[in-house]
This record gives sequence, structure tokens and C-alpha cells, in this order.
Amino acid sequence: MTSPSLSSSPPIIRAGFIPLIDSAPLIIAKEKGFAADQGVKLKLSREVSWANIRDRINIGQFDVAHMLAGMPIAANLGIGQIKSKMIAPMALGRGGNAITVSRSFYDRLIAMGGAPKDPLSLGHALKRVLDQRKIEGEDLLTFAMVFPFSNHNYQLRYWFAASGIDPENDLRLIVIPPPYMVRSLEAGQVDGFCVGEPWNSIATDQKVGKILLQSSQIWPAGPEKVLGMQQAWAEANSDLLAALLRAVDTAAAWADDPANKAELAQILSRKNHLEVDPNHILSALQNGMRFSRQNGVKAKKQDALWLFAQMVRWGQTEHSKEAWHLVEKTYRPDLLENATGEKSETKSTDLEPAFTTPLGGSPFDLNDIEGYIRSCTIRSGKILCNAP
Amino acid sequence: MDKDLKILIIDENPVRAAILNEGLDGTKHLRVEWISDTNNLLERIAVLDPDVVLIDLENPNRDVLEQMFQVSREVMRPIAMFVDQSDSAMITASVDAGVSAYIVDGLKKERIKPILDMTISRFNAFSRLRKELDETKEQLEERKVIDRAKAILMQQKKIDENEAYTLLRRNAMNKGKKISEIATSIVTAAELLN
Repeated sequence: MTSPSLSSSPPIIRAGFIPLIDSAPLIIAKEKGFAADQGVKLKLSREVSWANIRDRINIGQFDVAHMLAGMPIAANLGIGQIKSKMIAPMALGRGGNAITVSRSFYDRLIAMGGAPKDPLSLGHALKRVLDQRKIEGEDLLTFAMVFPFSNHNYQLRYWFAASGIDPENDLRLIVIPPPYMVRSLEAGQVDGFCVGEPWNSIATDQKVGKILLQSSQIWPAGPEKVLGMQQAWAEANSDLLAALLRAVDTAAAWADDPANKAELAQILSRKNHLEVDPNHILSALQNGMRFSRQNGVKAKKQDALWLFAQMVRWGQTEHSKEAWHLVEKTYRPDLLENATGEKSETKSTDLEPAFTTPLGGSPFDLNDIEGYIRSCTIRSGKILCNAP
Repeated sequence: MDKDLKILIIDENPVRAAILNEGLDGTKHLRVEWISDTNNLLERIAVLDPDVVLIDLENPNRDVLEQMFQVSREVMRPIAMFVDQSDSAMITASVDAGVSAYIVDGLKKERIKPILDMTISRFNAFSRLRKELDETKEQLEERKVIDRAKAILMQQKKIDENEAYTLLRRNAMNKGKKISEIATSIVTAAELLN
């Protein structure tokens, strides 16, 4: 080497991921060469817990990471950790979560009048089961999800509450790492769970459980995972970030192309990625999972505020004007738009101020989150004690 | 006089837990407990009521703890080390060593620091041990395959052991490969041809 410059080797971006199907845009960006096309060397690290992802981003061991949609919000608000400025310019996946219960419990819900695939009817059947158990003095039922700031947590709670079930008192809600879900259901340690794919499909394929509801049936179509990073890193590396966003955006579109499904499943199934049978991944991909912005997978500001409302509703944080503004600045779709040079038809930086939620109740108005929460009869947010 | 500190180690690896336990045990005013599996974790933590919980970073049950400490009314709610970021060097050192700590709020830093220092150094010592063990195992495997390749060469080419080894080494040098790699291909070829 004669040149003292290192410009010949591409800059490295260190990315953490959890072995779930919606890590696909990151994995594909590397494996199909989309990152290299953008002059970026993507170094992927598989992690076993969301807590590890959070810590490694915080101390700068990762530049970016596959994160639960609520994680950068919790970071900005300093819930359960020190406040740290985090942004998410793009979403990595939407859908793919489902509520799965044991086969016998599924039959019981149907016997109690639950209509298959009908969220409220099944929820009311569950309520009748819980009421009966209470009378007979039986133990509380246990449902599992994956992290306090996961959509899974909020989706379960939203469905319970819409069905008249108080998730704080009528049952037990615990965290189980995704790879242990199926085993826990089989061992009877939990009665049901809400988790991302491929674990619902694996439970079904192994005849351990039955999918009760897809998350898309109970929840507004917001992002499930996002690409999160420290704001300081994004600001100091804006060109590099733009290159990465273009690469991951291209990878997401590739992953959504039906012609690529078999190859996608094959790549994801590898030992250093998800390390599960590609057939499980293929069945999971049938369950309405999407990766690309062309299919509406975006990190919109209203999605962040909807998640913030869940955090307030369930007492993880308190509502304040200051918090609202921190949340509003967390998702940065403008960075993706600038990087790709393509604007969506409706400017995604515009807020959709109010939307109707799938299971009824008052419409969600993001300019009046307190009002929305006050309209919810089941909630545990502290702020409401002082509400007029 | 401060009361004794209760330390809980959650680690599926009994050897590493023993190494850490041994290190902490010498410290005054410490009580150390170890659990290897996380069945009924909440109930067990409630009974132990630890001031500090140490868990290795390869354990997916970290996320279980996060939830437990956030919502539980039954335990004292230790919090992840990150809540007090004043000592970021220590935090980085512990992540590098592969361990994470949850600490009950309000504990004095001077009481925590020696515990974390000890934990980090014991975790690093364990990693070194494991690395040495892996290397030894690998060397043993290499030695075995080289011996088999030598035997094949001796038999096929009617040469003695020294000549067989020289042949292997020269081939490896010419091809820019390790002797064990050349040996592996000879053994594989012999298995295919027999």
C-alpha cells in the first residue's frame, strides 16, 4: 500500500438485530449487496435481548439497530433507562405479530361463544372464561409478550381492554424471549402469547398452539420495528446514514417482491441469521408481513404518538407537552425521503391528526391524547388521577 | 454500619457462576446467591430480595428482568446500570466483559464499584479460560487429523513417518494452507476412495 489514505475501504456501519423476520431489510441489505452498492460495509451483530440492543446503541457499540417501534420513544422519554436522544428514520416491518393460544384454550374460547377471527367476540369469550375462573377461585391466566415497550405488549392490552378485561388485574402479563415462547406454551407456563413471526407459525406448525388473531385485526397499521440510532450519530454521519437508508430501502422492496420469497426465506434461515427452518419462514411470510414503504411500511409521526398514548394509558410514563414534543421528533420520515429523493403522495411529515381505532371507542386524536385516554374506561395511567 | 448487600447471580453457566461467586465471596458484608434457570423468576427474586442482580449478556432472560423490575410491586425494582451513567467507562467495560447489572436505587456508588470491578474481572477471566480451552480442543483435533493423514501417506507411499510429515508440510507451504487443512483433504479423499 503506497497511499496513506484509507479511502479505498468503505466506511463500516455496525448494526444490531434480533433474529426475527422483520430484521430482513438489514440482512438483505448486506447479503444481496445493496449496502455495498451504496459504498457501505454493513457489519451485523445478532443479539439475544432488546435490552442488549438498547445498551449497545447507548454506549456506541452499534451505530444503528433493529428496534421495537416503542424503543426509541422510551429512550427519548427516559423510561426504564437514562434519557438518550434517539431517532428512527424508517420502519423495517409491519404486521406479522399474532396472538396465539394453546389448542385446548382455543377450543374453550370457541365453546364460550367466541367467533373465529372476530377480535371482540373472542375477547368477550375470554372475559367470560376469566369471570368463571374468578368465581371458581382458580389462578390467573398468564399471557406473554416480549418487552415492556413492544407493540406486542400494547396490542394485547388494547385487545383485552376493548373486551372489558383489565390487563393489570384480571390476568398476568409477563415477558418471555421469543425463542422460548413455543416451549412455554407447550409446558403450560403460559396460556397464550403475542409475538412476532416466525414463532406463531412455528407454534401452529408444531401443533402446540393456534393463532387466535393477527395483530392487523386489532391495531392501527403502524410500524412493528424501526431502524433506530442515536441522534448524535445520525447528525455526525448524515451522508453515511443517507447511503444506509437507500440500501435498506432497496432491500425492503426486494424482500417484498413475491418472486424473491424463497430466496429470502433461505437467506434468513441461515445459522448466523434466524437459524430456523426456511419452511417456517415461508409460512410466516404468508401472514401479512410487509417490509417496504411501497407497501405502506413507514415510521410516521402519528404512529409514534399512538404508541406514546399506550405508554401513558398503561402508566409507563406521564403525559406532558414536553413529552409530546419529544415523541413527535422521534420518527424522522423526512430523512428517508431526502435520502431516496422520493416523496410519497401524501407528505409523510404531515400528521394525520385523528384516526378511528379498529376495536371501537373514541377516535384517537393526537392533539388530545389526554382526552383519548380519559375516554378509555380501562387504563392505569397515573396522570388521570389528577385529571379534571 | 450499612446492612449486608445481597447479590443475585443469574447465569446458566455453572462454571462461570462459580468463578464469580468465589471472587465475590471474599468481600465483606456480601451475601451471594446464584440461580441457573429462570423458572418462576419473579417469585424467587421476591424471596431473595436482592440489592444487585448480575446477569450475563448472552441470556435472553434479560428482557424478562426488564419487565419485572418495571411493573412489579413484589420486588424492590432494581434498575439497569444505565440509569446512572456517570461512570460510562465501567458500563462499557461490563458490556465488553459480557455482563449486565441491575442495582436497587439509592445504593452508594462506593459500595457498588468493587462488586462490579470484581464481576468484570471474573467474567474476563472466564472468557480467557474458555478461549484457551477452545484452542486446546482445536489443537487436539488438528493433531488427530494430521496423524491419520500421516498414516494414510505412510501406507500408500511406503514412506516413514518423518517423510510423511515433511510431505504434508511442504504441500501446506506451497499451497499457503495450514498443515491440518492439507491433512483434512487427504483424509476426506481417502474416505471417498475407500
